[in-house]
Amino acid sequence: MSFAGTLALPSGSWRTRSALPGFGLSLGLTVFYLSAVVLIPLAALIIRPWELGVRGFIAEVTAPRVLAALRLSFGAAAIGAVLNTVFGLIVAWSLVRYRFPLKRLVDALVDLPFALPTAVAGIALSSLYAPTGWLGAPLMSLGIKAAYTPLGVVIALTFIGLPFVVRTLQPVLSDLNRDHEEAAATLGATRFQTFRRVVFPALLPALITGAGLAFARAVGEYGSVIFIAGNLPMRSEIAPLLIIIKLEEFDYAGAAAVGVTMLGISFLILLAVNVLQSVVTARR
Amino acid sequence: MSSVALLRPRAATQDHPVTRVVLVTLAACFIALFLLFPLVTVFAEALKDGVGAAIAAVTEPDALSAIELTLIAAGVAVPLNVIFGLSASWAISKFDFRGKSFLVTLVDLPFSVSPVISGLVYVLIFGLQGWLGPWLRGHDIKIIFALPGIILATMFVTFPFVARELIPLMTGQGRDEEEAAVSLGASGWKTFRRVTLPNIKWGLLYGVLLCNARAMGEFGAVSVVSGHIRGQTNTMPLHVEVLYNDYQFVAAFAVASLLAMLALVTLGVKTFLEWHYADEIAAVHKH
Repeated sequence: MSFAGTLALPSGSWRTRSALPGFGLSLGLTVFYLSAVVLIPLAALIIRPWELGVRGFIAEVTAPRVLAALRLSFGAAAIGAVLNTVFGLIVAWSLVRYRFPLKRLVDALVDLPFALPTAVAGIALSSLYAPTGWLGAPLMSLGIKAAYTPLGVVIALTFIGLPFVVRTLQPVLSDLNRDHEEAAATLGATRFQTFRRVVFPALLPALITGAGLAFARAVGEYGSVIFIAGNLPMRSEIAPLLIIIKLEEFDYAGAAAVGVTMLGISFLILLAVNVLQSVVTARR
Repeated sequence: MSSVALLRPRAATQDHPVTRVVLVTLAACFIALFLLFPLVTVFAEALKDGVGAAIAAVTEPDALSAIELTLIAAGVAVPLNVIFGLSASWAISKFDFRGKSFLVTLVDLPFSVSPVISGLVYVLIFGLQGWLGPWLRGHDIKIIFALPGIILATMFVTFPFVARELIPLMTGQGRDEEEAAVSLGASGWKTFRRVTLPNIKWGLLYGVLLCNARAMGEFGAVSVVSGHIRGQTNTMPLHVEVLYNDYQFVAAFAVASLLAMLALVTLGVKTFLEWHYADEIAAVHKH
């Protein structure tokens, strides 16, 4: 997303002249507030872990408990993103292409995970999927224990990521040119062939973006997960919780080390998603 | 979708009725399982012991103080983020300067940071063993485990909401109207108030709505900086956590249902704005 001006800047100046007033004031205020609230605090996060030294930092983040937590956070987020990609596509497709009862309600409901406070979602999912809950009990009789296991973490992270995929796909699906599908049908393609060869490639960039957003959100998620996770060290303890535990032990550097590692891995994965994105777009 | 539909000739770009039924059913099941059920659970559990018990739970002193704290935190954080959002989008949409797209990226940054890390960064600065910790302690100023920390953490997580709605909207509207007003002799402030503000009012309201919902519902970031002192530094979501971990499920869900109602009102107003003022918050749909 780039909102940068298309006008070329005159050489030697870092901005073009404008008839409008308030440039200095608005930019100054923006940069000041951004630095005070976001940039300086984030700098503290990046600087702090190195007081352990490089060796200490590595020892900190490769401790078995930290590795297990990171593996769970990133693994469950990835599974959640995949689930959301499949079901998000089905939901978006149904909402854009079909008419069915209560469609507007369903459409509005998709945003629920954005609007519902995470702690509320957390206790609701937890009691729903608990062994005695409405959904937990039937699952239990099938021999599946959902709450207080890694599966519970996946459930919570799927909940939190759904709107990202649906809302990224919806506008792309509505703007899709139906002529191409018609042409494919005229040339003898079955509906499935048309979907696979014509529609799906057009949707792929949006699918990747949506999955990437859902994944990024899920990795750092805390409130909706901790109630349903059970929080057993080495098994169902997520990385953000480990940060809080380290803080409670006044291990600031250790907490910051886990935080920096999370941010670093997320950044690399998003970078990879963007590379994949441009490869897919270039191939079309 | 009866047998009649099966007999009617189908357009080439239409899916087979069976496909349609299967997909809609799958979508409905997924939505029901993951979205509708949790929502219903909140209210069902809250009313398990009757309306009286639910009302008692949200009117006892600790709950009231949590509600008050939540309102204060949102009441400070949201207006500050509105001022920031307006000033950032004015600078970014009305002027051309180097580093603009980098600035836009930085504005979005808090969205990609875990809520827990958003709280952590302030502990690293203001906490007991933080950079300013000893100095603050010497001067008897409390930020972490007190109101200022809660407000700061709320500001961090809700930081981009208003700016992110307004930047694309104001960029799309261009600068002609403002330039005309200024060339006719209007002051900058007057131009903003009389020309810009009416143009962006629905987009602004949309941003404020989302910002407020997040501010009142934030859990992770606030949890790190609050210290969980009952009746003092517990916001509503934190109070929900304390009650739930105390096995006071009805009370926990009663307070949670207040937050769920806030979410439903937010969704309702949001949907209303999207239907009626789609063009004026257009950037929301087109990005």
